[in-house]
Amino acid sequence: MSFPWAKQYEPANDFTKFLDEKLPLPRFVYNAVGAGYPVPRNLNYFWNFGVLAGFCLVLQIITGVVLAMHYAADATVAFDKVEHIMRDVNYGWLMRYAHANGASFFFMVIYLHIFRGFFYSSYKAPREMIWLLGVTIFLLMMATAFMGYVLPWGQMSFWGAKVITGLFGAIPLVGEPLQIWLLGGYAPDDAALNRFFSLHFLLPFVIAGVVILHIWALHIPGSSNPTGVEIKSESDTVPFHPYYTAKDGFGLGVFLILFSIVVFYLPTMLGHAENYIPANPLSTPALIVPEWYFYPFYAILRAFTIDVTIPFTGIVLIKAQLLGVIAMFASILIWFFLPWLDKSPVRSGHYRPLFRKFFYVFLLCMAILFVCGGAPAYEPYIMLSQIATAYYFLHFLVILPIVSSIEQPKELPFSITEAVLGKDDKSVLDKPAAAKA
Amino acid sequence: MIRIGALALGFFFFATVIFWSFIPGAYTHFFGEHPPKAAEKVFHLEPKDVSFSFDGPFGSWDAQQLQRGLKVYKETCAACHSLEQVSFRSLSEIGYTEAEVKAIAAEFTVPGVNPDTGEAEGRPGLPTDKFPSPYANDIAAAAANNNAIPPDLSLMPKARKGGAPYIYSLLTGYQDPPAELLQKYPEAKPGPGLNYNPYFKNLNIAMVAPLTVDGQVTYDDGTEATVDQMAKDVSAFLSWTAEPTMIERKRTGFWWIGFLIFATILAYLSKKQVWSSIKGKD
Repeated sequence: MSFPWAKQYEPANDFTKFLDEKLPLPRFVYNAVGAGYPVPRNLNYFWNFGVLAGFCLVLQIITGVVLAMHYAADATVAFDKVEHIMRDVNYGWLMRYAHANGASFFFMVIYLHIFRGFFYSSYKAPREMIWLLGVTIFLLMMATAFMGYVLPWGQMSFWGAKVITGLFGAIPLVGEPLQIWLLGGYAPDDAALNRFFSLHFLLPFVIAGVVILHIWALHIPGSSNPTGVEIKSESDTVPFHPYYTAKDGFGLGVFLILFSIVVFYLPTMLGHAENYIPANPLSTPALIVPEWYFYPFYAILRAFTIDVTIPFTGIVLIKAQLLGVIAMFASILIWFFLPWLDKSPVRSGHYRPLFRKFFYVFLLCMAILFVCGGAPAYEPYIMLSQIATAYYFLHFLVILPIVSSIEQPKELPFSITEAVLGKDDKSVLDKPAAAKA
Repeated sequence: MIRIGALALGFFFFATVIFWSFIPGAYTHFFGEHPPKAAEKVFHLEPKDVSFSFDGPFGSWDAQQLQRGLKVYKETCAACHSLEQVSFRSLSEIGYTEAEVKAIAAEFTVPGVNPDTGEAEGRPGLPTDKFPSPYANDIAAAAANNNAIPPDLSLMPKARKGGAPYIYSLLTGYQDPPAELLQKYPEAKPGPGLNYNPYFKNLNIAMVAPLTVDGQVTYDDGTEATVDQMAKDVSAFLSWTAEPTMIERKRTGFWWIGFLIFATILAYLSKKQVWSSIKGKD
């Protein structure tokens, strides 16, 4: 969809005219991220992270394809191959550090993108499909990142793979055969490493496909904005190009500076020292933890320590481990239901005083889960992660539905233009109350 | 409907937590007595504060120091530890000529094949070879070292928390176990074949102190080979083996980030310029 005032693409010369007739690719780009896409004029810098996430995906694919040219998914040589890339391949160290830290920065960007969505309720009608596709992308990213971390075949790679695939063993009846089938053996080895490499190469392109759907779905209703008020007239919007290409260009510069500081000066800061020790099935590391971006979900997984039993009989209904696995998957799957859990007609957290308070408590809850996920499994971290896990589900399943039905939202501005300029005289739909009087 | 289901599920979670909290003993592990602190928590020390020429964003290798470190490695560490990721040819990066690299490689015997009979036999190393392991395989390594396999040293500063200062502290940290430790934690007394070193994660390390007397290695450049100096030099050398591209990385980063800052300022100015046309206008 586009707004009636959207600029139309006009081919400038014979070649673009020819192209526009046969394959209107320039028109497509023009309407997607060019002057043909009208965007709310009041987007703040939290709206930069979509473009940044797209940049990260491209960066990961380019560096990843180069790394794959020099890598071999064979348990006997994988570790040495990575060192070969670091030492002998021209700028191999740059490719590898950019790829490894690129994954971390991709997740940082994605978390900011998702939490922007939480605060401004970007998931609400008419943008549910964008949100659903976004959560799908996040799940695919988690799978891709997990399998990528296994490829260097260091200690943390091996033991991380063992712990995570062990989760499937918790499923009743089919768990153990399923785990063996997934790994191609009883423990991670050549078979697992090869299929992880294959899938790690495939999934980014699946992600790219879903990203195209995500952007397509975005262009149906158009971008949301910090007031949460829908676009009413031309003065509410600016063309994407040059206004947001310029703003995104600046945002990309700041992002690249931060990213480069880590890649060139602190490249091992976000990793684990243990992963520079070759995988050894006979030596368990003192503390097995995933990469930092999985900490909150890892904390939820480990929060369940007591089996669910029938009281006083000792009959185990659900094992603690299985409960943890279910909770961990549920903690992300629950995001799929968000558009229907939060029924407040107001989108932006700026106009929802009660919601805003709980949003900040929720951020605190995520921070606690993050700390607990990276900590060893002893007190007080177990207790803290249990409380935070309970609150996590309480937030989505109880607090959000109740808040959205009892809350008295603040008065919304008439339009985006009024929010920016304090007046809106050119609106084509309706006049603001003040102008009518 | 979804909201009703959600409420029900939410209350189920809530009820489960409440129910658990009434199970006798659910909290005793939290409020109860903590297990006494283990000896390695009390006596373990963080790496010493030591600086190297390659520290910081503008650091660089000290080629003389790396060459001294190589000598310490060859004469002391190489008896038990391999350096499998490092090829002899890369020694030209720390200031050796082609002829010197050839000579160093030839000092080592690498596994090879007799060209006439095809039987396995050792041959002198070539610049294209990597530093060989002193043992034929892990079993031989374990058998010769009281079942503790000496780890490969190629990546040591990156594979241990604390980096080069940790290596230096470990090499200079051997001492007799403190009397307090023996008194309070008799079980933490180093067992047979183990040595007390507070910088090692569990205090008891299988490796005997490798650098014990000043002058153990004779430096070619006339530097006095104190234990402290040797430990520092070999830590620097291992930092180079762990990441020979470290200085190239830092130098590249300097110019690249400088360019990025310049480009970002331009991007900011153009953003301001573009947006000024609609600021305050409808």
